[in-house]
Amino acid sequence: MEYFVQLLLGGLTRGSIYALIALGYTMVYGIIELINFAHGEIYMIGAFTALIVSSVLTLYGFNEFAILVLASLIAVIYSASYGFTVEKIAYKPLRSAPRLSPLISAIGMSIFLQNYVLLAQTSDFLPFPALIPEFNFLKNYEHVFSSSELVIVLTTVIVMTILTLLIKFTKIGKAMRATAQDKKMAMLVGINVNRIISVTFIIGSSLAAIGGILIASHIGQINFNIGFIAGIKAFTAAVLGGIGSIPGAVLGGFVLGWTESFATGYVSSDYEDVFAFALLVLILIFRPAGILSVKCEV
Amino acid sequence: MLNLSEIKRSLLVSLWFIFLTFPIMVIRVNPIEKIVEWRWGNMLLVGIGSFVISFIWRYFIRQKELGLKKIEMGEKITPLLKKLAIRESKYVKSLFLTLVIAAVLFPFVFSTYQTTIMTTVLMYVVLGLGLNIVVGLAGLLDLGYVAFYAVGAYSYALLNYHFGLGFWTVLPLGAIMGAFFGILLGFPVLRLRGDYLAIVTLGFGEIIRLVLENWNEFSFGPSGIANIPRPSFPGIQFSLQQATVYQYFLTIGLAVFTIFVVNRLQDSRIGRAWIALREDEIACQAMGVDKVRTKLSAFALGATWAGMVGVMFAAKTTFINPASFTFIESALILSIVVLGGMGSVPGVIIGAFILILLPEYLRAFAEYRMLLFGAILVLMMVFRPQGIISNVRRTYELKGIQK
Amino acid sequence: MKCIMNKSCVTIFIIVVISLTLSCTKPDSQPVKVGVAGPHSGDLASYGLPSVKAAELVINEINEKGGVLGKKIELLIEDDVCKPELATNTATKLVSQNVHIILGHICSGATKAALGIYKDSKIPAISPSATNPALTQSGDYPNFFRTIASDDAQAKLEVDFALDVLKLKKIAVLHDKGDYGKGLAEFAKSFIEESGRAELVLYEGITPGAVDYSAVVQKIKASGAGAVIYGGYHPEASKIVMLMRKKKMDTILISDDGVKDITFIKVAGEYAEGVYATGPKDVSMNPLAIKANEAHKKTYGSDPGAFFLNAYAAVQAILNAIEKAGSTDYDKVTKALRTEYVETPLGKIRFDEKGDAIGVGFSMFQVKNGKYVEIN
Repeated sequence: MEYFVQLLLGGLTRGSIYALIALGYTMVYGIIELINFAHGEIYMIGAFTALIVSSVLTLYGFNEFAILVLASLIAVIYSASYGFTVEKIAYKPLRSAPRLSPLISAIGMSIFLQNYVLLAQTSDFLPFPALIPEFNFLKNYEHVFSSSELVIVLTTVIVMTILTLLIKFTKIGKAMRATAQDKKMAMLVGINVNRIISVTFIIGSSLAAIGGILIASHIGQINFNIGFIAGIKAFTAAVLGGIGSIPGAVLGGFVLGWTESFATGYVSSDYEDVFAFALLVLILIFRPAGILSVKCEV
Repeated sequence: MLNLSEIKRSLLVSLWFIFLTFPIMVIRVNPIEKIVEWRWGNMLLVGIGSFVISFIWRYFIRQKELGLKKIEMGEKITPLLKKLAIRESKYVKSLFLTLVIAAVLFPFVFSTYQTTIMTTVLMYVVLGLGLNIVVGLAGLLDLGYVAFYAVGAYSYALLNYHFGLGFWTVLPLGAIMGAFFGILLGFPVLRLRGDYLAIVTLGFGEIIRLVLENWNEFSFGPSGIANIPRPSFPGIQFSLQQATVYQYFLTIGLAVFTIFVVNRLQDSRIGRAWIALREDEIACQAMGVDKVRTKLSAFALGATWAGMVGVMFAAKTTFINPASFTFIESALILSIVVLGGMGSVPGVIIGAFILILLPEYLRAFAEYRMLLFGAILVLMMVFRPQGIISNVRRTYELKGIQK
Repeated sequence: MKCIMNKSCVTIFIIVVISLTLSCTKPDSQPVKVGVAGPHSGDLASYGLPSVKAAELVINEINEKGGVLGKKIELLIEDDVCKPELATNTATKLVSQNVHIILGHICSGATKAALGIYKDSKIPAISPSATNPALTQSGDYPNFFRTIASDDAQAKLEVDFALDVLKLKKIAVLHDKGDYGKGLAEFAKSFIEESGRAELVLYEGITPGAVDYSAVVQKIKASGAGAVIYGGYHPEASKIVMLMRKKKMDTILISDDGVKDITFIKVAGEYAEGVYATGPKDVSMNPLAIKANEAHKKTYGSDPGAFFLNAYAAVQAILNAIEKAGSTDYDKVTKALRTEYVETPLGKIRFDEKGDAIGVGFSMFQVKNGKYVEIN
């Protein structure tokens, strides 16, 4: 039983990370129907920026709390800026192009950003400081469920709630939903579509940065290559849950995390990814639009 | 062009990029040794670079918009490449002739290295054309095409290892295996559309690779299979150089055969059905096209070529392991198709030449080559989203009525 | 002919002329050409670049002294990104440039793909790092030599250490599904099963680059293994050992050369303490090794990277063999490689019939106070 609970908790953590990245995918896809392959790289840049900032701040002797806050803040700002710029350079000129062109542009951007960080920084793995503090109340359970795992899961749930509320009840959320449904109509009723798309990229990228910082701090190391696998898995999660749906992305992340965790725990980690993809195929055969296929949401 | 507001805009762009690249370009931390290195020179570089590039960028964007406007206003522009696509016989004939001569002379003029590279390019031409059937003609986004390539390569390697079958026996078998796996993938995804299809095919590609990696008893796992014989010719023992030239001509043969078949397929009944399916699935079904058969045939015929090239690949490198069949490879083949121009045969050929030769000749830039490769993909798409040679739909004009 | 006036025809002609002038390689056999092949870009560049530096250092030194056999030595450096399909291109390129001998390749897969081409062209290749046992033991590649011991020797050492020194009864074996890691793990598995003295409680592959490994760590815990033998590289190893320690497990980690890297200790920090790893015998006391390391520091301003000394030794062996053979003839050079001893940073070495270096082996190291210390 303890084994089962452990696997359940492990899958929950893993799924939360997928979910945080998947949210960005699902939002961008919802609005402009583009698989943003560069999203994984934004996540990596977020983690790298946090590492750089925290290293500099440590050198200047800031205390731990200030480092956590500043590093996360700056990393989020930078990831958002990168997301914004990537959209302006690689996707905006392609609004009216054939559907697959932005996809290739996205793949190109992903390769570019990876190599940019590789060249400007290093190809080696770098240790990432444990930014997330250890809570006292968890001290005796640290080996079952650590503080960083708790923070990861909580952040995901909070972010999902805020995002859902944002899209349901605010003006900008309404504008996003309108843009997602019909760009031309949205323009006609006076919505600045370009601005809405930019905002979507900024929000999605910020979430990726948060995911990047949390996971890097949890596993303690990063390199320029971490975005790729995480990106593909997150995209799988987004499709699994029903791409375009916010709760769907989170649910998809959890389902994927658990599948992998239990597949490793009860079968073999050799075929962990095979199970994940096989599950995806099965779900899509029976529910071709994902678990939570919501039509009208962003 | 060089007025004040333009300079101001570029200055803003340059400032934005200085801000954007600051942590990653300027600061390099070494958390292990606790050293922070400040590289202010890079900041200047980024500033000046982005200032200049923003001018060029805007100039080209303006040019592109001008071109679009012209088209909207009904002006017809038929550049050289487009004429080629419409198959104006005058150009095609002379170009074709030069190409044939160049292709035949190539291995005798250039070094073995150049011939190997050209063989690789031709293999990607065939792969691109195969994927073009699935993506370009039938409009089914396939991100796991490399799986069929792997199936072909492993067919040859394993059949040769266990049963000693030769290259010529396995080549058709590889094609059949490819087609079989194409149908295997086709069945479950019949109901899926667009990006759902994309992710499932991606998953399928990964599953094949993972099975090859994990199932040691079957595929020898990640250490791969070595000593795969090169293509044979009855009674002749080739030296390395001769074998390279021989293989080059084999690949040319395969490429020409593929071009011929794909061209014929396009105009055939099934080709028309694919295009109809791409344009509108529902209308297509209403017209009485059998959706299941059409889709499955697209997957199967697309995969056939990958299976054949897989066999050739195994014979060329003489060593294969699952690391050669990753998602990146699928993305590369897809890029060839999209960059060249979806659905267009000459487009795919040019796409393959650019994308395979580019990294090879960018070797001089060593570590910068992948960076440039990524940038070029983005730029090509931004400035020519329809691909280098866009597929020209055949149109019939009724001239008599207008008069 | 009409074709002459044609625009496209002219363009093609120009292209042909340009590429002709670019690609023509004059068969100038004056200098001795040494090809250096390995990953010099991409994610494995850190394994390939040190050998380029080693080759540059040795060859600059020799060239200053007047070269070998009175000829200057020229380096031809080519990138293969550790991919087999690119390695064949790299190899053909080097062959068409008439290289005499190769230092490389770095990864076993790329080496296997390239060796066939070198073999047909009668060019010897010496790898500083390709450890796949089949490369020498299969007998398929008479032109192959290496200055590093093969994987099975490493696996044997790991298993013997776990059985004889640590006296463990339950062992788990993990690998990263890669060429190197899985090959090693397979050997470890069969050695454990053959010995019959310990139970193999878990044998599994993990996905490199996955976001976390908590499920597999739970599995190790549930299996009750006393030690984990891990085949693979340091990034995954450090993640696993950190997770195990955070989950309050004291399972011993025994790993390989890919982990015996200073980065592992720096990344895993305090969690690295007590980890065992096999690696090439400690040669830091060897005066030649000290000299080589210092030369690297002086020229490049940093400490040398992975396989630097192996590559350094390989280049020295190459030059020694050419000198002793009196020419760059294939038969004479390979014979000299097999018979003539040479003083290198790895000690006094020559190669056996199969191509493995005699006098190069592995020993067991343990992390103590943030450093790898050799265990005798």
